[in-house]
Amino acid sequence: MRRLFQFHGGVHLKEHKKDAMTQSVQAARLPKQLVLPLQQHIGAPAEAIVAVGDKVLKGQLIARPASTISAPVHASSSGTVVAIANHPVSHPSHLDAPCIIIDTDGEERWHTDRHSITNYHELPPEKIRAHIRDAGIVGMGGAGFPAHIKLTPGDHVVDTLILNGAECEPYITCDEMLLRERALEVIVGLRIMRYALQAKRCIIGVENNKAAAFRALQEQVRNTGADFIDVIQVPTVYPTGGEKQLIQVLTGKEVPAGGLPLDIGIVCHNVGTAYAVYRAIEFAEPLISRYVTVAGSVAHARNLEVLIGTPVIDLIEECGGNRNTLSRVILGGPMMGTALHNVTAPVTKTTNCILVNSTIGDVPLPSRDKHAMPCIRCGNCATACPIDLLPQQLYWYAHAKDFDKVQDYHLFDCIECGCCDYVCPSQIPLVHYFRYAKTEIWAQQHEKALADIARERHQFREQRLEREKREKQERHKKKRAALKPAGNAANKEDEAKKAAIQAAMERAKTKRENNSIKPKNTQNLTTEQQQQISEADTRRTELNKGIINKQDVQRNPVQDSKP
Amino acid sequence: MNLDTPSSPHIHSGVHITGMMARVCLALVPAIIAYTWFFGWGLIINILIAVATALCAEALMLRIRQRPIAPFLTDGSAVLTGVLLAFCLPPFSPWWITVMGTAFAIIVAKQLYGGLGYNPFNPAMVGYVMLLISFPLEMTQWVPPNIVNQLQIGFLDTLNIIFTGSFPYLLSIDALSMATPLDTVKTELGLNLTVSEIVRGNAIFGDFGGVGWEWVGNWILLGGVWLIYKRIITWHIPLALMGSLFVISFFFFMLDPDTYASPMFHLFGGATLLAAFFIATDPVSASTTPRGRIFYGIGIGILIYVIRTWGSYPDGVAFAVLLMNMAAPTIDYYTQPRVFGYKKNYEKPSSKSGDGGNT
Repeated sequence: MRRLFQFHGGVHLKEHKKDAMTQSVQAARLPKQLVLPLQQHIGAPAEAIVAVGDKVLKGQLIARPASTISAPVHASSSGTVVAIANHPVSHPSHLDAPCIIIDTDGEERWHTDRHSITNYHELPPEKIRAHIRDAGIVGMGGAGFPAHIKLTPGDHVVDTLILNGAECEPYITCDEMLLRERALEVIVGLRIMRYALQAKRCIIGVENNKAAAFRALQEQVRNTGADFIDVIQVPTVYPTGGEKQLIQVLTGKEVPAGGLPLDIGIVCHNVGTAYAVYRAIEFAEPLISRYVTVAGSVAHARNLEVLIGTPVIDLIEECGGNRNTLSRVILGGPMMGTALHNVTAPVTKTTNCILVNSTIGDVPLPSRDKHAMPCIRCGNCATACPIDLLPQQLYWYAHAKDFDKVQDYHLFDCIECGCCDYVCPSQIPLVHYFRYAKTEIWAQQHEKALADIARERHQFREQRLEREKREKQERHKKKRAALKPAGNAANKEDEAKKAAIQAAMERAKTKRENNSIKPKNTQNLTTEQQQQISEADTRRTELNKGIINKQDVQRNPVQDSKP
Repeated sequence: MNLDTPSSPHIHSGVHITGMMARVCLALVPAIIAYTWFFGWGLIINILIAVATALCAEALMLRIRQRPIAPFLTDGSAVLTGVLLAFCLPPFSPWWITVMGTAFAIIVAKQLYGGLGYNPFNPAMVGYVMLLISFPLEMTQWVPPNIVNQLQIGFLDTLNIIFTGSFPYLLSIDALSMATPLDTVKTELGLNLTVSEIVRGNAIFGDFGGVGWEWVGNWILLGGVWLIYKRIITWHIPLALMGSLFVISFFFFMLDPDTYASPMFHLFGGATLLAAFFIATDPVSASTTPRGRIFYGIGIGILIYVIRTWGSYPDGVAFAVLLMNMAAPTIDYYTQPRVFGYKKNYEKPSSKSGDGGNT
């Protein structure tokens, strides 16, 4: 027996998994219309390469990756592109996103220009990765990170490749059904991934409430003689299915904060991703369908193999849900899923579960804002936190909008698993507060970055102007220096001019001194008046002498300083 | 079609403050019964007076502060404050002592600081200390165990004593009342008696603490353990408090058993157990980190011993709790747990958020 480790905290949840596992997985009905968002992954959105009116075939590339971290999109069925436009998708912002909308023709005709790889061992790992990239495979556990990037070891030596089959959220059973029904395919996919990564060994982690899946995997591992694969049962505690938590449980290692599993020689992929890799390599099928659990208030909760782009409402109705009584539809599980604002939004590569209506869950929370009581600092949240954060302190500072303090308490290490919310006796929507604080901080950082750019630009401009001025001055200096040797004669002339100017100024000065105190209107006056004026003038002269002298003193230095 | 789109998670465990407070009250029931058995109906009447006062004071303050009354009145915190304060009062305290203490606890120590969740000090202990300082006579009129049984002071008699101050059979509180074991030890140590002489010379001392008191203590202990089992409180504070009190009293007891009472006497005497499981564990005013709770508990344990042994009050629980309440925010700051992914042997990670703080 392998020694297992524990992560801090976690919660035990009611599973609610049995309902959807009573029947085997079948293909969902072909929808009339497929809605394929250009962004179903982390990274840059794909760029559409088809136009409205184009006929497309099943599996045909319709949007290519825009950059390294991006993923292509393929037509899930054959039909006609009727629009490339914004359409409701599952997103917390409720904003529409660009999608390629295809009217299906019902013929399901496959694109023929496809190449499977019969013996992947003979190809270099880069080729395998390129093939996986071209198949548009992304992490199917929910994050949607392009798989080929997570299959690139870079400079690292990958010790362990972990396949995540923990599936710890209530209601969701798509991975479990996949493991039960497609264990062999998953294991082949895992071997391909191991080859691409050049990993030493593999572990498949399965929660111990999935006995059938565990047995199926063990049997297939035994049959294929893959002794480098360990199938391990892990305790059923939420959130064991979190990448960091599963790694900790299986290896005892902690992924460094802000780092990647690769930093400690581990890569973790979802079992669904392994299955998609298998389909891509063996059958040259791009990622155009996936297993989806439809659960909650529907007549027939079940798992379906769904074409990517199928509207959620089609699946709800196929499972016996009523369009008119919907009150809450969650994509994903009840702990981390997103509540959908519009059920015409499509299933994407990362949709694992459709959870219908608000009567779900251990205790439904219709509107917690009204019910929330003040925090009593009981610390239940800290006990439950798998990251060992102090949510009560984070809440305190997030509530007070003290975003520096909130980062001191490691807000950005929060994985938003919802354990703290789940156990809070005051029913405070803690995760909501943490998301809010994160968004605010990002916005502030973004603004700061913009301000920094603006400041840098401004400083650069100032420097440039300064430099240009300096260069100009230097040019002038050089010019003057070049003129100097020929300037002797000119200098003499200059001095003569200066003397003349000086003399003229002297003259003007004396003239001004004599004139300055004489009144201008002295014509046609009587002698008496003349007499009075001259007396006044004398007095004024006496008084003004001091002032004039001062004025001269003030004026002269200015004149002197001029060349 | 209007879909509800709240933020995740979409489910809840169903745990609620009211349920937590109710369980804490429930855990006190055996101790209340034992107390009544040994000391008469006084406690139950005091509890009823205190709870009624607490609820009225809470409602009044919520109204003045324009807060919703129903959710805060039913959260159980005011009821618990009343019960705990009543538990700390002498059983024959006049009614106005109970009313005044509870009202002070709720109005000043709780609501004026912002109500539930915002009070830095334990309200019950603030109320108790206010009474102890203001009315030292009334607050030290304890009765010896079993006396009520011997004198057959019934429920109505007790009611009469509390509300009118008139005792049956021409008794008076002065004739009836008696120092608590802790008080006796303190006073008689001052008379140069040894601890063993004191214990032998007084009928109020039982096996560990005082007769009657130690049984109440046993039931408090049981209730407290049940709370830990039910995860209403964690083990940190009770264990740290009792452990530190045991260690420090054991040390001095070993040093000089004539001058210093035994560890068991300290653990089962006075309000130690009540403090360990029910008072110091009040989450609002206590330390909130796991490690911090241990320091917080140790601090209270040591302060209890220091005040009992060298202070001027026979019991130091209330003061010890309030002093450590003051220290709680600082303790919390310095005892943050090591967050996942911040192991010391890692190279400093290039954190996106720009903080690399490590504890």
